Amino acid sequence: MKYFLRKLGMLVFTLFISVSLNFFLPRLMPGDPARALLDKMENLQPEQLDTIRAAFGLDTSDSVLVQYGHYLRNTISGNLGISFSRFPTPVSEVMRVAVPWSVGLMGLCTIISFMLGTIIGIAAAWRRETKLASLTVGFFSFVRSFPYFWLGLVFIYFFAFKLRLFPIGGAYAVGTPRGTLAWWLSVVRYGTLPALTIIISSLGAWILTMRNNMINVLAEDYITVALAKGLPIQRIKSLYAAKNAILPSVTGFAMSLGFVIGGGLVTEMVFGYPGIGFMLYQAVNGKDYPLMQAIFLFIAVAVLIANFLADIAVMLLDPRVRDGAK
Amino acid sequence: MIKDFFKTLISNRKSLVGLCILGAFILVAIFAPLLAPYPPKIDRLETIVNTVDPALDEELISEEYPSDSQDVLTYRSTVTREYVKTIDYFPLRARPSSAHPLGTNHAGNDLLSQVIWGTRISLTIGLATGLFVTILSLTLALLSGYLGGVVDDVITFLTNVMLVIPGLPLMIVIAAYVTMKGVMPIVLILGLTGWPWPTRLLRSQVLTLKSRDFVRVSRSLGERTLFVVFREILPNMISIAMAEFFAASMAAILGEATLEFIGLGNVTVVSWGTILFWAQANGALLAGSWWWFLPPGICIALVGTSFVLINFAIDEISNPRLRKR
Repeated sequence: MKYFLRKLGMLVFTLFISVSLNFFLPRLMPGDPARALLDKMENLQPEQLDTIRAAFGLDTSDSVLVQYGHYLRNTISGNLGISFSRFPTPVSEVMRVAVPWSVGLMGLCTIISFMLGTIIGIAAAWRRETKLASLTVGFFSFVRSFPYFWLGLVFIYFFAFKLRLFPIGGAYAVGTPRGTLAWWLSVVRYGTLPALTIIISSLGAWILTMRNNMINVLAEDYITVALAKGLPIQRIKSLYAAKNAILPSVTGFAMSLGFVIGGGLVTEMVFGYPGIGFMLYQAVNGKDYPLMQAIFLFIAVAVLIANFLADIAVMLLDPRVRDGAK
Repeated sequence: MIKDFFKTLISNRKSLVGLCILGAFILVAIFAPLLAPYPPKIDRLETIVNTVDPALDEELISEEYPSDSQDVLTYRSTVTREYVKTIDYFPLRARPSSAHPLGTNHAGNDLLSQVIWGTRISLTIGLATGLFVTILSLTLALLSGYLGGVVDDVITFLTNVMLVIPGLPLMIVIAAYVTMKGVMPIVLILGLTGWPWPTRLLRSQVLTLKSRDFVRVSRSLGERTLFVVFREILPNMISIAMAEFFAASMAAILGEATLEFIGLGNVTVVSWGTILFWAQANGALLAGSWWWFLPPGICIALVGTSFVLINFAIDEISNPRLRKR
């Protein structure tokens, strides 16, 4: 319980830090982008200007602390302001459309890649003397050093442009009625290349972590004892070694998750996939600061919560943490 | 100490290959002016203007001068010839040829020269950031690990907070706000988002070393703190610090390329990332110009692989369990 409360406290605090970072970053920058924002909006009606000021907490007549208070209240109530590039659509509306695409794509890819990577990592450690194991490890450490977006470009070039197996970009067939079977099939077809990009580039990290953990565990005395006792190999592999090797992998999940999401964002940019990554790209190019900040905040919150869940999973998996917490 | 470390690296096959690749790229970066067949950027218009004689231009292209006179015709044909020559020399979006082994880009710049010159910027940013991150995290790790107490609590807490805030989105948001464009801001952005992970690893190493007998003896003998830190602890951290340096450099090269590809770097500088940015912006992909976007990515991957290989070796040296039986 103590462990749980400590992790919960950490979650709340890191959430608070992210929200605050989001507020103070633009104000710390030279040239005061907050003021520049208002200057850019000169041609607006005075009442529109007032709404924007209020929505972003940019009321320059107030002190920074008062602005911060406004901002906190707005953020907590879900009022993220109005998008500049899609004026006058509220940022929350833009996000509502984009988020499901990203959650679907990146969520699925993370799960697939974590599971595949763990399985391959276990196998690579178990048979690490074989040629195949060292080849696999070598290949994925090479792939890991590709930039995500570049791998995406290469895939588009070969599979979409040259071989015409998959569409070049987008997320679904335009013109097919939403929700029909044909539409869902097109979603799968359009999502394949971006998903492959994310899975292949992130797989290496999982494989290497799992392999190294597994090798460390395999050197433990209780494995030698189990082997000497003549226990079934399969039992040793899965119950004795893998179960203990997977814990650090789950703990490292959060850090890697941030990395995978970063890669996913860039992949979306390359494929023009209408998730938050592509929105972020458009927001950056259109100097749409409210949208940009909302996206950063959303990603941070999502990663922090996933992190928290991983910690809870460790608590459930690891008796040391569980019992120590009583 | 450092000499021993490098001796071990060279004797390991993996790290030897890694060091060779990295060394080759460093040589390319240093000798870029000699290796590159053309300058990285050529202003075609300027090249043409330079061939034109302004005095002659002033005299001949004027209202009162008869436009069908022999002088004007000769002059015009000279200018046209120079123009055609420049265009022949620096064609737009050319396919690979003997004159331009990797073709040319949308502005007529030789892509091979751009990749060679780009090595300089990309490698400099990567290694400089790696060094910056290593020094920063080493300092923080020594402070928090050795001093302990409140200092340790604060640094560890900050590290844990920064570790879970996703790096790339943070980098993108900061870069979007930074109005100053150049190499330094990128190094700073990459460095300030890259320190938490190495700090955490290095700190645990400091803690382990601090409880070792030789450090305890040294402390009970009454050696000064600075002596213990710099002569007893630091030399034993070289291999792990080097591993962090290479990991951070690799993250920096990837991060730099990503920021530049999105258009958040200085797009007028020639680096691997900006070549990819211009390739994407000019639809190189859909024109089938593989020679435009493949080489920079392969270079990034090769440098990354060299870092990974060196780190594999360092891992094997410091963790005997990973060594082949």
